[in-house]
Amino acid sequence: MSTTIPLEHPAIEVAGLRKTYHGRSALDGLSLSLASGQIVGLMGDNGSGKTTLLKILAGLLSEWEGDVRIGGQAPGPGSKALVSFLPDASFLADGLRPADAIAQYARFFADFDGAKARQMVDFFALPWDLTLKEMSKGMREKLQISLAMSRRARVYLLDEPISGVDPASRDVILRGIISGFSEDSLMIISTHLIQDVEPIVDSVVFLRGGRILLQGAADELREQHQMGLDALFRKVYAS
Amino acid sequence: MRIDDSRPIWAQLVDEVRRLITSGEWPPGGKIPSVRELALEFGANPNTVQKALVEIDRLGLTTTERTVGRFVTTDREAVAAARSALAETSADGFIDAMAGIGLEPSEVISLLEQRWAQRAAHGKDVP
Repeated sequence: MSTTIPLEHPAIEVAGLRKTYHGRSALDGLSLSLASGQIVGLMGDNGSGKTTLLKILAGLLSEWEGDVRIGGQAPGPGSKALVSFLPDASFLADGLRPADAIAQYARFFADFDGAKARQMVDFFALPWDLTLKEMSKGMREKLQISLAMSRRARVYLLDEPISGVDPASRDVILRGIISGFSEDSLMIISTHLIQDVEPIVDSVVFLRGGRILLQGAADELREQHQMGLDALFRKVYAS
Repeated sequence: MRIDDSRPIWAQLVDEVRRLITSGEWPPGGKIPSVRELALEFGANPNTVQKALVEIDRLGLTTTERTVGRFVTTDREAVAAARSALAETSADGFIDAMAGIGLEPSEVISLLEQRWAQRAAHGKDVP
């Protein structure tokens, strides 16, 4: 479907991006342009550069080479205001209940929509009376997704939102993402669980060794290769 | 909805919506759910659902009223034609499978009648 999306204002533009950690390459000259109005699956094995790329887009890493634009802006305070980033690890204090976490987000982010966050907490049927410490891993993940998706951002970056949860919770989380997705934004979901996100993505970016191995519209790739994305990923990775 | 790996998801959604309309689960003239509601129900990407619905419009099974929404056609001939098309596709698959194991048309017809009656009497768990 990416062909139907206007390309004059890419939400994200990356050219020749390189990042090394202690001399070890994490991103190796990566170039990427992504338009708004789509859900993108960022796929790759551990160490392929998914998290590094998301952190640079979120403005959380410095000392990289190349050109990065988010809504036309270089990473900095201006771009951070456009980006809602859900990190892989838990970022909320253990003692918070959902309402506390929502209040905290409302203080931190001017674009935060508290009503939407409460709606999403109810969509996920999360208990309002439990603290994060008392919640299961799946519940904590759902709460953090509710918060990240309730900012009125231009770009949403979800780093491994379904990796640590059981299959039933994964399904609910993906439905939550569909219900909360706003059509004029760009959403990037990184994962190694390709099969689970396959039905909800417009397009995919396969990373390997800090480079793009394959990129395209999900249904076009399925049609062209006569196989699902998971099988395609295994095939191109093995080659 | 179960996703089949070898085909584009939008085409599978077209089949599912055709099934909903021809079976009468979505009755003629009925308003159909919004793209987002359907995306949630199918667990599928909203743009993909939208693409499938445009195709369903093109097939004449739904009509879009600007600002009001999308409705199942009241043209019973269009629904009947879609039902025939679905039935023919299924029949072709069945014929291929039966011919593949060497059955003649007359044998297939009597098998079909026998199984149909058994299943009507005992449900789908007939051994």
